[in-house]
Amino acid sequence: MTETLLEIDHLSVDYETGRGDLKALRDITFNVNKGEIVGIVGESGCGKSTLISSILRLTAPNTRFREGEIRFKGQDLLQASDRQMRDLRGADISIVFQDPMQTHNPVLTIGQQMLDIQHRSKQSKADKLAHAAKMLGAVGIPDPEARLKQYPHEFSGGMRQRIAIAMALMSEPDLLIADEPTTALDATLEVQIIERLQELQREFHCAILFISHHLGVIAELCDRVVVMYAGAVVESGEVREIFHDPKHPYTRRLIECDPGHIKERARVLPTIPGEVPDLANLPGGCIFRDRCDQAMARCATDVPPLDQLKEGHHAACWLNHEEVTT
Amino acid sequence: MNLLNVVDLKTSYGPVNVLAGVSFFVEPGETYALVGESGSGKTTVIRAIAGLAPAQDGSVTFEGQEIRGAPESVMRPLRKDMAMMFQDPVGSLSPRLTIRSLITEPYRIQGMKDRDLDAEAKRLLGMVNLPAHFADRYPYQLSGGQARRVGVARALALEPKLILADEPTAGLDVSVQGELLNLLNDLRERLGLAMVIITHNLSVVRHVADRMGIMYLGRLVEEGTTEAIFHDPRHPYTRCLLSANPEPDPDARLDRIALKGEPPSLLKRPSGCEFRERCPFAKDICTQTPEWEVNGGHGLRCLAPLS
Ligand SMILES: Nc1ncnc2c1ncn2[C@@H]1O[C@H](COP(=O)(O)OP(=O)(O)OP(=O)(O)O)[C@@H](O)[C@H]1O
Ligand SMILES: Nc1ncnc2c1ncn2[C@@H]1O[C@H](COP(=O)(O)OP(=O)(O)OP(=O)(O)O)[C@@H](O)[C@H]1O
Ligand code: SF4
Ligand code: SF4
Ligand SMILES: [Mg+2]
Ligand SMILES: [Mg+2]
Repeated sequence: MTETLLEIDHLSVDYETGRGDLKALRDITFNVNKGEIVGIVGESGCGKSTLISSILRLTAPNTRFREGEIRFKGQDLLQASDRQMRDLRGADISIVFQDPMQTHNPVLTIGQQMLDIQHRSKQSKADKLAHAAKMLGAVGIPDPEARLKQYPHEFSGGMRQRIAIAMALMSEPDLLIADEPTTALDATLEVQIIERLQELQREFHCAILFISHHLGVIAELCDRVVVMYAGAVVESGEVREIFHDPKHPYTRRLIECDPGHIKERARVLPTIPGEVPDLANLPGGCIFRDRCDQAMARCATDVPPLDQLKEGHHAACWLNHEEVTT
Repeated sequence: MNLLNVVDLKTSYGPVNVLAGVSFFVEPGETYALVGESGSGKTTVIRAIAGLAPAQDGSVTFEGQEIRGAPESVMRPLRKDMAMMFQDPVGSLSPRLTIRSLITEPYRIQGMKDRDLDAEAKRLLGMVNLPAHFADRYPYQLSGGQARRVGVARALALEPKLILADEPTAGLDVSVQGELLNLLNDLRERLGLAMVIITHNLSVVRHVADRMGIMYLGRLVEEGTTEAIFHDPRHPYTRCLLSANPEPDPDARLDRIALKGEPPSLLKRPSGCEFRERCPFAKDICTQTPEWEVNGGHGLRCLAPLS
């Protein structure tokens, strides 16, 4: 039986800005089950990082939670105390940030930082350092013992990213949230990290919420995919359905734009023409309408609901709605 | 004349020998991709070219002028013609400046006082498909991909002859990535822009690079036209790397060639071929040191190349 670990329930989040409220997340609803790997894909700026910083409550000062709940093992995180959140973050939920420099304190050695995150453990310092070195080795950092004495700027971009992954895995969390954890890694390492994450999921039944623009990695790693556009979920479903039978025009275009599909050199790569709507000044109707080549009259006035098309496959587009109702 | 010529470039940090002699050239209007293992020294190569990392030995010439180890007074005027896009997008943007100040900073540094900075900011933001009102934002108010695009806009501000781009499309969705690559292709055609691009995204390399070099442990192990490398990789490391690229299809059948073991330590470089301990195709002869050999424009460092 599937057991729900994380529930995002009608979540809406704004950023207060000089130009008015920027509606960064609107009515986001989806679940992550225990031991499941869920991928999030979507346009740059569509709210992926905002979503995960909301889950962890590590949001910028101008963030306003407008509506909805985030439940982890049944507990509403938006109501939890700062202390409860801090405890949760180190132990049950781990994060690999998009920008590895955000994880690493520039004035502390990597070894010190890896000791600090083990502050709850009763082990001796030597054991903790040995554990840290082992984790660095597991993500492919050569000379791990010597490397513990170095500062973040002495590592390459991909090494910093791997160190962040090693640190996130140290506590064997129930939920690992990873924001583009493989962008700075070469393909062989990327595959190695994917395999390591899959192992972790099998061994510890750890669930993973995985954000990436690399559709190849999503296709290979994830069980389910959530597609976001301009602050909303436009489609979600099992990974095969999303890649082979996408039901939202944005998903379809996104997959078509992947240069991984185009084997011969192209002078002009496919793109989705047009601009993302201004989140501080949202248009009515479907948010994808300005860029959609299948838009109908109705799309200008009515917001399409996120319909269930079949078991576990949801999409927010009037094209499907016609099929559902007729 | 080559626009950029790098010959036997060497960099050490203390005892750590990060670049063990790197050579390549870039012609005007050409795009050269550097790919390879994480930690192999790609960022160090372009930082050393731009005078931002040490280089104890070797030569770097830009339009015929030797610039390795040149003082800032020599480098500053050259930065007009040679721009850098940094690997770390948010970290490389000063947090207290607005996006307007950040992308128009190159004009101020070069003392171009006659420019209308508001108009330039708007033009540059438009070029990377960001709305004009982003000019008033601060870096922390941007998403990762938006910060990346600001870095690109800044590098394009002065219409340089050469761009040193460290992962310019990392963190961008495929549509924005396509827009950016189309923009760079367009600038190349219109202005003869040349580029050294570092990227882990092999699909990107295939579409933008004319030639490419593959790095391993501070050295080039293979170099050739992008076509030749993708269709007929001769070095075992190149073969492994290309075979690892994840395909955007959950049912893709992958014929991956696994790399053995861990990357070796720079403090104890392996003897013989430095890839030997991990090479799935190693032979007895590989205990000898392979030399760099060039054949019809295709460079290779391997004693038993694949065919
Ligand atoms: N502190 C802030 N104040 C105002 N706007 C913000 C702030 N942080 C982010 N934004 C805006 O909110 C939107 C969502 O940003 P977010 O970082 O969540 O995007 P993302 O999906 O992670 O994008 P990327 O793929 O580029 O990392 C963007 O338009 C961004 O410009
Ligand atoms: N300032 C420094 N001090 C000491 N060592 C350094 C410094 N900068 C880089 N290094 C080391 O030099 C090596 C090459 O780093 P570099 O950043 O050039 O790699 P890279 O090929 O760009 O890797 P990535 O793909 O992960 O970004 C690494 O082992 C790194 O730890
Ligand atoms: S609802 Fe209309 S505009 Fe929106 S994606 Fe569907 S067809 Fe396109
Ligand atoms: S020289 Fe030998 S060990 Fe080195 S890459 Fe070639 S085949 Fe492999
Ligand atoms: Mg983000
Ligand atoms: Mg680098």
